Amino acid sequence: MAAIANADLPVLDVSGLETTFSTPEGEVKAVNGVSFQVRAGEAVGIVGESGSGKSQIFMSIMGLLASNGRARGSVKFKGTEILGQPPSKLNKIRGVRMSMIFQDPMTSLNPYLTVARQMTEVLVEHKGMSMAEARKASIALLDRVQIPEAAQRFDMYPHEFSGGMRQRVMIAMALLCQPELLIADEPTTALDVTVQAQILDLVAGLRRDFNMALTLITHDMGVIAGMCDRVMVMYGGRVVEAAPAGKLFHDPQHPYSAGLLRSMPRLDETMHDRLTTIAGQPPNLQRLPSGCAFRDRCDYRMEICATELPPLRGIAPERSKACHLQAL
Amino acid sequence: MPSAGPVGTAPLLSVQDLKVHFHIGGGLLTRRRAAVLKAVDGVTFDLRPGETLGLVGESGCGKSTLGRAVLRLLPTAAGRVVWLGQDLAQLSHEAMRQKRQQMQIVFQDPLAALNPRMTVGDIIAEPMKTFQPNLPAAEAKKRVQEMMAKVGLLPNQINRYPHEFSGGQCQRIGIARAMINSPQLIVCDEPVSALDVSIQAQIVNLLMDLQRDMGMALIFISHNLSVVRHISHRIMVLYLGRVAELADRDELYRNPRHPYTQALISAVPIPDPDVERNRRRVMLTGDLPSPLKPPSGCTFRTRCPKATPLCASEVPPLETIGRGHEVACHHWNTP
Amino acid sequence: MADVTVRDIPSPIAAKEVAGRSLWSDARRRFLQNHAAVVSLTILIIIAALSFGAPFLGLRDQDDVNYDMMPAAPPDFATGYFFGSDANGRDLFVRTLYGGQVSLTVGAVATLVSLLIGVAWGATAGFIGGRVDGAMMRIVDIFYSIPFIFFVILLTVVFGHDIILIYLAIGAVSWLDMARIVRGQTLSLKRKEFIEAAHASGVSTFNIVRRHIIPNCLGPVVIYVTLTVPTVILTESFLSFLGMGVQEPQSSWGTLISEGARSMEISPWGLLPGIVLALTLLCLNFVGDGMRDALDPKDR
Repeated sequence: MAAIANADLPVLDVSGLETTFSTPEGEVKAVNGVSFQVRAGEAVGIVGESGSGKSQIFMSIMGLLASNGRARGSVKFKGTEILGQPPSKLNKIRGVRMSMIFQDPMTSLNPYLTVARQMTEVLVEHKGMSMAEARKASIALLDRVQIPEAAQRFDMYPHEFSGGMRQRVMIAMALLCQPELLIADEPTTALDVTVQAQILDLVAGLRRDFNMALTLITHDMGVIAGMCDRVMVMYGGRVVEAAPAGKLFHDPQHPYSAGLLRSMPRLDETMHDRLTTIAGQPPNLQRLPSGCAFRDRCDYRMEICATELPPLRGIAPERSKACHLQAL
Repeated sequence: MPSAGPVGTAPLLSVQDLKVHFHIGGGLLTRRRAAVLKAVDGVTFDLRPGETLGLVGESGCGKSTLGRAVLRLLPTAAGRVVWLGQDLAQLSHEAMRQKRQQMQIVFQDPLAALNPRMTVGDIIAEPMKTFQPNLPAAEAKKRVQEMMAKVGLLPNQINRYPHEFSGGQCQRIGIARAMINSPQLIVCDEPVSALDVSIQAQIVNLLMDLQRDMGMALIFISHNLSVVRHISHRIMVLYLGRVAELADRDELYRNPRHPYTQALISAVPIPDPDVERNRRRVMLTGDLPSPLKPPSGCTFRTRCPKATPLCASEVPPLETIGRGHEVACHHWNTP
Repeated sequence: MADVTVRDIPSPIAAKEVAGRSLWSDARRRFLQNHAAVVSLTILIIIAALSFGAPFLGLRDQDDVNYDMMPAAPPDFATGYFFGSDANGRDLFVRTLYGGQVSLTVGAVATLVSLLIGVAWGATAGFIGGRVDGAMMRIVDIFYSIPFIFFVILLTVVFGHDIILIYLAIGAVSWLDMARIVRGQTLSLKRKEFIEAAHASGVSTFNIVRRHIIPNCLGPVVIYVTLTVPTVILTESFLSFLGMGVQEPQSSWGTLISEGARSMEISPWGLLPGIVLALTLLCLNFVGDGMRDALDPKDR
């Protein structure tokens, strides 16, 4: 099992993370001062639309930023600082104690190597297993992720698997070293809804078995509702609200969270004639407005919203929001 | 409830046993027979004026292919598409081109659907100028600007280029282009799938408003059941090129009879943790079969919880089980 | 980005129109920021202006023989013989300028032919596809297989020496590459949604090719043209060097280099036209690179 370090330390402790990209047209501030923690075994959902910065947070944490990106701040994995570390140090944690899965499985799967080769490589390298042991362990994991006839398929190439299966292979690879944290970046967005249900079910089961923390990044509130204990809502590169899942869905305190929930049609609801919308467009990250990034689209905007950036402040145990409004 | 033409009116569009096949492989000089991909394998439905038909299904179900085949953007292998009483397959190339004023399409990728070298004004005006080449420039411009305002764009943006707009705005441009000739049918191919959630709602509302004002029929193709529910009068569920179920909107969500429809509805996540965690789901087993080698009999049987040997030997016919409610399943009546 | 909505403006249609920022203007801006390209373009313009404006500059004629300057005399700014004189006492500078006319015209001919014929051919073949495409490209292949030098020699033998033949020969082959390039572009464009949208809107095939395909091919077309002009000029120079191009007393850079090479040891300034040629080619390459960088959509 994973090393039993100080059990009280949060698995992930992010403080003041800022990520900027230098483009010919100027600096793009993708992540603007984000702080949060993920505790052992906890499932945190990160929800936001395009440009909210939700993916870039974790690309920064995993050291996967594009060459024109720079991250500042502090990211601690179980007490060890990992932001800005050289690959030699990072590789002891990345893929071993902290893994990431993506929207496109082909991001993690090398099309030129068999699945067997890719999986056993990880175990031999990081866990010092012999090839025979590694094969056995890998096939067992493929079984666990419900790949039928895993032993026969083990030596196939990624393109020989279907889309849903490739996703499962990617999940299996991410779990080879029994990481303490799994970061899932829109893992089911590209999948059919029936396959999505299967994959999410699988991830929830694996989480229980491995006692893994999970950060699930998505724009789909329904997925968050089913999988996550806590939720962080992002807008314009900042966290605008954080709350336990039940509280967020029933009592959102930020106008954006409320608007997002209202604009999502629900299958179990009686219908209204029109969908509620949030007016306007997501912000341009190169030219973020002064004050609150959401103000142009907010029904509750006040004068102070244009001049002062609302800080993320605690409003109840485990709840915080970044809004000048006292209560929604 | 969005309004549609009364039941007795003649259908605008009548699709009868439509089949669209693609030939994969094979070549000019080889004698080897190409594999046939039956993207659409016998689909029948009618569409009334002002009605919205939602077309749902997952990858490989043929919904996009069906939408394009109805507009004759793709060749059909068999079956008929009857538009206002005329069989479109009988028309010459030029006659079909003339019909394109009456039927239009909106695409999934809003930016890719616009020519990056043309201004927004030119893009929207093009269908109009194609059929009315002698329209005076001032009149054309006026109509374009009116249409822009109608879809929620600022008319003074008329000289801008597509890359200067956001995704949602590009989709509005695409809708304006589709509407400029006041068509009677618009096929919307996943029009909101590439947009952010908060923008999706805006575009869906826009389409509904336009339908109310202009009275056109819509074929709304989507894999998102929640969105389809809002805009459709009737919904057709497709699986591997065949119709699984076709029903009025409320009836489909209240009383789905095909196991695939039931699985689809139960798989959609609900944004409510209490509901979501306590649901009983209809889980499908396995993956989608390859469309090149569909299972015999009912193509859904390999994943169906209700499958029996009958399903393997006989293709279930599309039967009417209620008013406007059709199902293709041998066991629709068994719990 | 326009993020104001209709409801915020009292009378939407009356508002003043905003100018658009086309992709071409973006490219132009990027090009102008590339100093090497801009300087090169300026030098090219100067060379072209001097060459074609030579008759109006009040210089000596190119076949003006000055017995005092025979045989080749070194450059002398005092007398105005900037490049000195050639073996026949003619002003080498003036000859170089007039020679530039020929070389630059060849470049222009090749550009025109490849643009007019090559683009249309490739776009049509690519768009129509099928057997028509096959037939059109087989014709291209046939032209390709003609050995160029032998073709020119044949023309020269049959019709005698004339620079027009060089123009014709070069024209006959310069559209081939362009046709292939444009056809490739067209094939990838054909599948794009906006082409499908035009088809669905009832736009005729001719108009789709004219309005949608060709403007979107122009990026690679422009780049390709600026990079083939040097090749074409060099080819003409080579042919003239071999004696198949211009005839006396007309000159082109090729013939001038040929003469200069012969008396290189005694009068090295005879190679100055070669330096001008090299400079022109260098500038053309910089401009071509600049165009490619400007049209590269990587920052979109």
